[in-house]
Amino acid sequence: MFNIYCPYCEEHREEEEFHPKGQAHIQRPTDPDACSDKAWGDYLFFRDNPRGIHHELWVHAVGCRKFFNITRHTVSYAILETYKMGEQPTITAESLASEEKQGDVQVADGGLQTVGASDNSVSESKGAKV
Amino acid sequence: MSKVAVFDTRPEQAVRAESPLAITRLADRVASNASAEAGVTLREKAFLGHLILRGGAIALDEAVREVLGISLPAKPSALAHDESGERSIQWLSPDEWLVIVPGGEEFELENRLREQMGDAHFAIVNVGGGQTVIELSGPYAREVLMKSAIYDVHPSHFPVGKGVTTVFAKATAIIRRPSEDRWELVVRRSFADYCGRWIIDASEEYGLNVLD
Repeated sequence: MFNIYCPYCEEHREEEEFHPKGQAHIQRPTDPDACSDKAWGDYLFFRDNPRGIHHELWVHAVGCRKFFNITRHTVSYAILETYKMGEQPTITAESLASEEKQGDVQVADGGLQTVGASDNSVSESKGAKV
Repeated sequence: MSKVAVFDTRPEQAVRAESPLAITRLADRVASNASAEAGVTLREKAFLGHLILRGGAIALDEAVREVLGISLPAKPSALAHDESGERSIQWLSPDEWLVIVPGGEEFELENRLREQMGDAHFAIVNVGGGQTVIELSGPYAREVLMKSAIYDVHPSHFPVGKGVTTVFAKATAIIRRPSEDRWELVVRRSFADYCGRWIIDASEEYGLNVLD
């Protein structure tokens, strides 16, 4: 079970009160009539499935019924931060990767290995669009 | 004033009304173990006036202060009462508040609020027909909530003057604490019977007393 901090209720609540709503920060093409079928198809149907940092849209369905964003690690399931709609995340795959480089940590390529991969290698893998 | 059609939901003639919990016949079900030393006391506060206010906090605060004499609770999960304790406003969401007043007052209150709000961007909805208030008191009232709700109701986490929308017995309900020894549940009309029966079952071990 997650214990999720709702940025509107300003306290931690049980996961039972929330619903996940998929990938966050998806931008609707500004002019749908003029965009290509591929761009429209990408917007409607295709979602990132990153191994590592993922920015997700959640709704506090039982509480304040507001939508907000969660930055979650898809391997460790750790929730790194929650932030309101319209805000940008402070933690991204890029920001974590640059932190690691500064710490002079050797990062192995996560590749296709899913079992036994360390958190370090995972956060280096492809991140979500911000 | 906005051009919104409003009408008084209470009929002028005396029509027999039935509260959402009437069907449960609580008093009949627990008559055998009702006693003075019951650990939990249940009372339905039926037919109160419930209004949902939506809009900007600043404009609503002015109007509510003027009309009700209570300042709008700005902090999340806050619950404010007037001096008599009969009228309350609760924070539900950053732009949504629940006002509960004695039954019959809500139509006049709604009209006065609409007048006060003028052309501001807001919505007032009378939801009195859709929900009811169940009051729990007694030394074991908190134990019943602990068994039934996922929210932490320890006094250090749930002080007087707090109210949250959460899950009670798998149903959505508002849990509020108007005073030290009283808890209130605001439940949906369609869930009232279920919640009533749940409370009967959950409080059996402490002894339940049902008041009219």
